[in-house]
Amino acid sequence: MSDVIEVRGLTKVFGTITAVDHISFDVREGEIFGFLGPNGAGKTTTTRMLTGVIPMDSGSVRVLGHDVRTDPVPAKQRFGVVPETSNAYVDLTAWQNLMLMGELYGVDRARTERRSHDLLETLGLAGRSDQKVREYSKGMKQRLILAMALLHEPELLFLDEPTSGLDVQSTRMILSMLRALNMDRTTIFLTTHNMAEANRLCDRVGIIRGGRIVAIDAPEKLKSATDRLHRIEVSFDGEIPAGDLASLDGIAGAERTGDKWQITADNPDQAIRSLVGFSGRHGAAILTLQTLAPSLDDVFLKLTREKGP
Amino acid sequence: MNMRGAPEQLRRAWAIAKKDIRIYYLKGPVLIFGVFMPVFLFLAFYLGGRELPLAFLLSGLTGMALFFTSTAVSPAIFPWEGQARTLERLAACPVTIEAIVLGDMIASVLFGIGVTTVPLLIALALGLPLLHGVVLAFAVLLAAFCFSALGVLLAVPPTNVPSNIMMLSSLLKFPLVFISGIFVPLEQLPAWGMALAVFSPLTYFVDIVRYSFTGTHYFPVLADIGALAAFALVFTVAAMVLHRRNIPWRM
Ligand SMILES: Nc1ncnc2c1ncn2[C@@H]1O[C@H](COP(=O)(O)OP(=O)(O)OP(=O)(O)O)[C@@H](O)[C@H]1O
Ligand SMILES: [Mg+2]
Repeated sequence: MSDVIEVRGLTKVFGTITAVDHISFDVREGEIFGFLGPNGAGKTTTTRMLTGVIPMDSGSVRVLGHDVRTDPVPAKQRFGVVPETSNAYVDLTAWQNLMLMGELYGVDRARTERRSHDLLETLGLAGRSDQKVREYSKGMKQRLILAMALLHEPELLFLDEPTSGLDVQSTRMILSMLRALNMDRTTIFLTTHNMAEANRLCDRVGIIRGGRIVAIDAPEKLKSATDRLHRIEVSFDGEIPAGDLASLDGIAGAERTGDKWQITADNPDQAIRSLVGFSGRHGAAILTLQTLAPSLDDVFLKLTREKGP
Repeated sequence: MNMRGAPEQLRRAWAIAKKDIRIYYLKGPVLIFGVFMPVFLFLAFYLGGRELPLAFLLSGLTGMALFFTSTAVSPAIFPWEGQARTLERLAACPVTIEAIVLGDMIASVLFGIGVTTVPLLIALALGLPLLHGVVLAFAVLLAAFCFSALGVLLAVPPTNVPSNIMMLSSLLKFPLVFISGIFVPLEQLPAWGMALAVFSPLTYFVDIVRYSFTGTHYFPVLADIGALAAFALVFTVAAMVLHRRNIPWRM
């Protein structure tokens, strides 16, 4: 796997604020990379530099092998962008917006029309394509903008909070589209506030705070690195001796709450194996078993609250 | 301009021009303003009881029509699109800033030429003889480019408030009309007036229009054309360079 985005020492200063402070990271081909951070962390500023919309102050960015500073046009030709604020032409219809995109990306007319039909259909806008975008709802605009970003079949897609403020239906539609695209090997760079979304969707996430990257890894690895002790909730269909449970391999402690046991595990994998063996030996079947790993929310709050990266 | 893929960038500039025409020019008020302003200006002139020959008045009117229409909308497009954030969309597309500037210019050229046919038709309808049609057609095209480039150049100051830009460009446009031999023939201007007139591209265009209809001219026709071409080139290059520098500010 090669790197589709290579960022080295990327920096942006606005007056006295260093919005992005010497960040470096790579995005691999075919992955969904989540870029997380609290408000004002520098996500949008980073995305705009990566997409060549605003110039960087120092550092370098290579996207799809092209230096974005010196050679932006060939890179832009191969990626699509869904920016933070909706920006279709509101005085044009959805169809006219898509035709304009086709021309700006040099896609021939027949293919533009075919793609537009398909995209509008998939994104549930087919009946509204001759309506001016001014009359669109927020969710419809956002879906149109995704269609506009995808018209030229980009290999890489940047999205800056694509689902913020959208209802469940529009959100689902957009997320399932992203998953389908990723199945077809489109690399996706996504900024979001929504931890559940990042957790479900992303292969790896980078967390930025105050313009600096504080962590980059797979969501599950970040979670396990954040909290050494996992919690497991288990219930059995019969009585079992309390003392024995706490002394099993991988289990640090066990406490009974109602009909369940709350287990703290220093090694969740070993703990679950032990529990299964234990239930067999005592003839008490496991009714439910849940691992209560720290959520990405916990990781995020911990990393973005800590002093200094 | 980035010469690599220049034909392709040219095609994309045309897409931008079509978008501009559709969104900013083909609007009722803009069209009405564009067509009626020259007509009313003409009536004000004509009925003003000034003792000036019709050919002189109509040449001035044609000059003003082309000048005002080519610079009417173009200064506001960058601020409008900056405000609406559609400029960010264009910046993320594989088009160079030069192509965006050129696209805005082309739209303005087409609008300017389209509206300027009205006073020209009036002139012909009033029985004015068209002595040098080819020269006139070429001059209209060249001047339309020149004034459109000036219009886009006027959009350079980094503000996303269109009315600020419009105010600023009016401050520059109206004085130009008075020093370009439209109200007073160049040969009647005082020395200081002439010294100003040579700095206005409109002077040269009006001189050619006058030549086309009456055969008389103040500067040699080739000098007029050369001056218009030089202004067009300088304005275009300046607009491209300065917009490239200022565009990040608009994002
Ligand atoms: N054009 C600008 N001029 C001045 N300061 C800016 C500009 N754009 C961003 N900033 C500042 O840079 C910092 C990072 O902003 P940015 O928009 O990148 O944050 P973000 O992570 O996208 O936040 P959010 O989650 O709210 O979208 C903020 O302090 C912001 O005020
Ligand atoms: Mg943001």
